[in-house]
Amino acid sequence: MEEPAATVGVLALQGDVLEHEAALREVGVVVRRVRRPADLAGIEGLVLPGGESTTMSKLLESSGLFAPIAEAVAGGLPTFGTCAGLILLAAKVEDGRPDQRSFAALDCTVRRNGYGSQRFSFEGVAAPVGDALGAGKAPLPAVFIRAPLVTEVWGDAEVLAREGQDGGGAPVVLRQSNVLGATFHPELTSDRRVHRLFAGMARAGGWR
Amino acid sequence: MTTADAGRETGTFKVKRGLADMLRGGVIMDVVDAEQATIAEDAGAVSVMALERVPADIRREGGVARMSDPALIEGIQQAVTIPVMAKARIGHFAEAQVLQALGVDYVDESEVLTPADEAYHIDKWAFTVPFVCGATNLGEALRRISEGAAMIRSKGEAGTGNIVEAVRHLRSILGDLRKLTQADSAELYGWAKELRAPIGLVQEIAETGKLPVPLFCAGGIATPADASLVMQLGAEAVFVGSGIFKSEDPARRARAIVEATTHFEDAGYVAKVSRGLGEAMRGEELSELGERLADRGW
Repeated sequence: MEEPAATVGVLALQGDVLEHEAALREVGVVVRRVRRPADLAGIEGLVLPGGESTTMSKLLESSGLFAPIAEAVAGGLPTFGTCAGLILLAAKVEDGRPDQRSFAALDCTVRRNGYGSQRFSFEGVAAPVGDALGAGKAPLPAVFIRAPLVTEVWGDAEVLAREGQDGGGAPVVLRQSNVLGATFHPELTSDRRVHRLFAGMARAGGWR
Repeated sequence: MTTADAGRETGTFKVKRGLADMLRGGVIMDVVDAEQATIAEDAGAVSVMALERVPADIRREGGVARMSDPALIEGIQQAVTIPVMAKARIGHFAEAQVLQALGVDYVDESEVLTPADEAYHIDKWAFTVPFVCGATNLGEALRRISEGAAMIRSKGEAGTGNIVEAVRHLRSILGDLRKLTQADSAELYGWAKELRAPIGLVQEIAETGKLPVPLFCAGGIATPADASLVMQLGAEAVFVGSGIFKSEDPARRARAIVEATTHFEDAGYVAKVSRGLGEAMRGEELSELGERLADRGW
């Protein structure tokens, strides 16, 4: 018998919400948009999409979502952030705005726009490290849009992929217990390994 | 033009369109200097558009409107962390080259500036920097996409504070898209001819029911309810030009429009953020206008 599908919220204040919703449906989860605190009730996972982290940070505050999400993430709600979403999860942010807030759930430092402005945005690849995304398997196609650069990883954060064919570049996928983050946009490609990994985390999370 | 650098490919269509995807649900604000850019970023703008004069002033003062002074653009780039866009004249590929060299994140080939070419738009495939272009109808949108635009915005009638033209353009683009999905394969050739658009693109959107790039709204947005209106009509994000810095309290109005764009489906929320914003820009009745900026572009 098939497991019941997990319900995953997608923070829908701004950003590439549609692409995450489509990717999540492909890996068999039920999707719900999160714009108000009431939308958080009953979700078993939360995705923080790509977009502008400064804008999302402000809208999280004004919508009354910052505190309940911070509490849920600290309490173990499986959470997955891409690009701006990863910035919202990082413990330390360089080159951000002083009033920018983060959930500080991933032991890493990220530098906003660390690869430069849009002219340096690129399509490349990410090589899996360890077994979570399949060690030795084909690299993941990776779209980096004014992407954050992970400059430091410590504590319990685990690197699941690094940039480049041979994985010689910076860390680009990180996990720390129930929190997953990617500096690139797996939702913009058709490779579903990262979303599948997160769907598994949401199903196993036992969060209600 | 794409360059491979250690397995990195820059300037691909996916990368150009990708930035537009990241801006969805947000507000892009016209700014003329670093001070205004900071106010916009503080208010939660997803991006700022650098230009010499806001459209309302271009309209009032007349004369030739050109690309901004590079020093002003650099000042804005240093002042904010969000993406910086800048306008080039229609067909003025040398201005676009300068903007690309300055490292702006998006170029708006814009009818708000005085056109440089009466027959041709810029060949946008020749650039690494992505382009946004205005459109009044589906055919115009598809012609710009075929030239390489990675984002389309309605033209509206910039600098008027009057939403009526943006609504007309959005309804025209989205209405024709809906009709196309009902056409049979033979009729699509007639559509392509009528729209003066490539048949390949027409067939593609007849299948998918949407443009291959994001559709944003620009031209005449002055209030939070204006933003909610165009988002409900199907725009994916909004550009606000004169509407913010020509109003009584730009910082508050900017914040309110950002909130209304996110919570566009929640009328109670839009009501809450619309209270006591002071005076909106005065605005203009369209029948009193001379030249329409939206008529520029071919």
